[in-house]
Amino acid sequence: MSEAVLEISGVSKRFGTNLANDNISLSLGKGEIVALLGENGAGKTTLMSILFGHYMPDSGHVRVMGQDLPPGKPRAAIRAGIGMVHQHFSLAPNLTVLENVMTGTESLWSVASNTGPGRAKLMAISERFGLKVNPDARLGDLSVGEQQRVEILKALYNDARILVLDEPTAVLTNIEAEKLFSTLKDMARQGLSLIFISHKLDEVMATADRVVVLRGGKLVAERKAAETSKAELAELMVGRAVKRPVREASTPGETVLEAVGVTVRVDDVDRLKAIDFHLRAGEVLGIIGVSGNGQTLLAQLLSGTAKRTSGDLVLFGHGVGDLSVADAVHAGIGRIPEDRNKEGAIGEMAIWENAVLERLSGYSRHGLVDRKSAIDFAGRIISAFDVRGGSPTSRIRLLSGGNMQKLILGRNLIEHPRILVAAQPARGLDEGAVAAVHERILEARRAGCAVLLISEDLEEVMALADRIQAIVGGRLSPPVKAEDVDTRRLGLMMAGEWEQEGVAHAV
Amino acid sequence: MNALVDILASAGLWAAVLRIATPLILGTLGALLCERSGVLNLGIEGIMTFGAMIGWLAVYNGADLWTGLLVAALAGGVFGFLHAVLTVTLGLSQHVSGLGVTLFASSFSYYVFRLMVPVAGTPPTVEPFQPIAIPGLSDLPFFGPAFFNQTPPTYLAILIAILMAYIILRTPLGLAIRMAGENPHAAEAQGINPMAVRYGAVIAGSALMAVGGAFLTLSAFNSFFPTMVQGRGWICIALVVFASWRPERALLGALLFAFFDGFQLRLQTALNGAVPYQIFLMIPYVLSIAALAVMARRARVPQALMQPYRRGER
Repeated sequence: MSEAVLEISGVSKRFGTNLANDNISLSLGKGEIVALLGENGAGKTTLMSILFGHYMPDSGHVRVMGQDLPPGKPRAAIRAGIGMVHQHFSLAPNLTVLENVMTGTESLWSVASNTGPGRAKLMAISERFGLKVNPDARLGDLSVGEQQRVEILKALYNDARILVLDEPTAVLTNIEAEKLFSTLKDMARQGLSLIFISHKLDEVMATADRVVVLRGGKLVAERKAAETSKAELAELMVGRAVKRPVREASTPGETVLEAVGVTVRVDDVDRLKAIDFHLRAGEVLGIIGVSGNGQTLLAQLLSGTAKRTSGDLVLFGHGVGDLSVADAVHAGIGRIPEDRNKEGAIGEMAIWENAVLERLSGYSRHGLVDRKSAIDFAGRIISAFDVRGGSPTSRIRLLSGGNMQKLILGRNLIEHPRILVAAQPARGLDEGAVAAVHERILEARRAGCAVLLISEDLEEVMALADRIQAIVGGRLSPPVKAEDVDTRRLGLMMAGEWEQEGVAHAV
Repeated sequence: MNALVDILASAGLWAAVLRIATPLILGTLGALLCERSGVLNLGIEGIMTFGAMIGWLAVYNGADLWTGLLVAALAGGVFGFLHAVLTVTLGLSQHVSGLGVTLFASSFSYYVFRLMVPVAGTPPTVEPFQPIAIPGLSDLPFFGPAFFNQTPPTYLAILIAILMAYIILRTPLGLAIRMAGENPHAAEAQGINPMAVRYGAVIAGSALMAVGGAFLTLSAFNSFFPTMVQGRGWICIALVVFASWRPERALLGALLFAFFDGFQLRLQTALNGAVPYQIFLMIPYVLSIAALAVMARRARVPQALMQPYRRGER
């Protein structure tokens, strides 16, 4: 690469006793894409926040185009040409695209906004990088992928020469992610320099020129993408060899749950269309699909938060009509909700409270909560499921995503449920946590639990599921055996092409 | 039926509507400005009371009427600053802080009034603003006496409404205020200091509220008594929601409420005691609740309203 546009040298940052960044040095060339790889808590976001002036480093400094960047000043970072695309977008849903982009770009005391030239500039950038937007759309009406586009455009509008993206694909579907990366490569070709933060090995290998690995606040390795492998990166990132577990052969037991022609209509649209599936004890049924195709509703249906419009649900051989949440709990259906922060846990409440919420009657005496046994129960989950970073009485919000997910898994699995509905169980987790979650799911399968695994991760489904059905536009494909398919065929199934595989879709 | 038509066709009704609307316009704009920046200001009722008192007191002690309004605005700004310290810097509950400001400002008004003005059988008065006929326009039949023969603060209120709509919707400052109320983190990331923006908005908004209160003692009436704001502040809070946080709709909302109020006053007289007058007093509030229920369903609340902003926290 040619001259360095960005040099970070010797940056350290301490939060309390935690050394989040330990003497990190890093450079970025013009037109280069560098991936900052690391597990959650490795210090990636801290480093980028220092770069962008959100935090003051304890020591070390940042140089942009050969000029020292004053620390702790976002405005200075913007002026120096650094643009930040946050993971949780810094956008206002009630304002228009143009307003979001133009905020802070003009003197606060000018008598009128220069929306004309502003719009022209936005459209020119949008044209140049192929990032299509409607400048007058209300931001909240856009899809997540489009909102991210606005976030990128906002950085480019500020004349960013260096673009920093914090886990840009965390919120995107696979297709949106692919599109994003082709856009990023195009930007690099046009002379922009990019840093993206990630813990996904596939996208790092596919997109980056150079990979910088952080672990425990230290820079542990730097590799050219062409000269490394996923396995090596995974080991560098975790610090030991991590292998995701794969299911072993087994014979499933009796059918415990069956859906026959179930349709769910929401707001006059059939969101699930005459779906059929059956789930047997001791097996994992994978439901694969790009998110937004009805999987959320499917999980809700089985958890008791959505109602059938027609069709039958058969649970342990008996028709059950509609399930309520209490029914589902009572019947021994464990649930891993798709969005653990919104539906899986109540952030401001203690771990023990989150552990016993759905079975409070079991932890109360004379109408009062039996704190002692509830805290004991939470403690048992914490030790049995290796939840780190909190005691039963600490707030669950303080746990990392992986540990929160282990706790949610634990509160379901510790009671040996007969059915487990796991929606996107590994989404957003780092490699170590993914392996742990997968291992627990397989353990439940060995113990005879029937698992419905809803996922959009091909690898995850191939590794865990015995049988696979694709969900597309609210329809379910007929099941295929995991041994009989490869990623290509699964990809086709996810695109809705299953009829031509010779299996008629049973309607 | 004829009585209704007579009422609606009288220029007096429409002149009264503008007069009744003036404090509501100012108060609503003030509350709206605070809320757009992300701060709910329930101090409004007390701030209006204090504005009514201190503006009147200044004039009673020899200041001219405009100075009276200015004194009210400054006093309002001081209470706004207090509310901002509590809610923006300290990040306390905006409800509780606002109610505290209202209780404090209301009682303090009465205390200062009692301290400065001796108890008298009839309350002391000042010479209030006089209507100014706008040359040309006030000669129009019906419209002239209805709309163009008002006291100066009424014209001022309408001008401020137009100005506020322009500032909030069309200028970079307005965009910064809206961004602070929608997503202060985004504002910060774009180099705007959301705390400073909120301070400014709350102080300026509170000044407007106090001017709205001063209108009552310096234009609508000519003396001060402690209960004179009579819940107008709370009506303003509701009008902000009714207006979907848009200044031009706030103007319309205030006029609509004032119309209900002016109308019921005249209806009372027209029906001459056939129906208990309390029913009429109720009308504007009942209609407002109905209008609010219809309008507020579509309203877009500033997303960061009532959320304290702390740097570096998500």
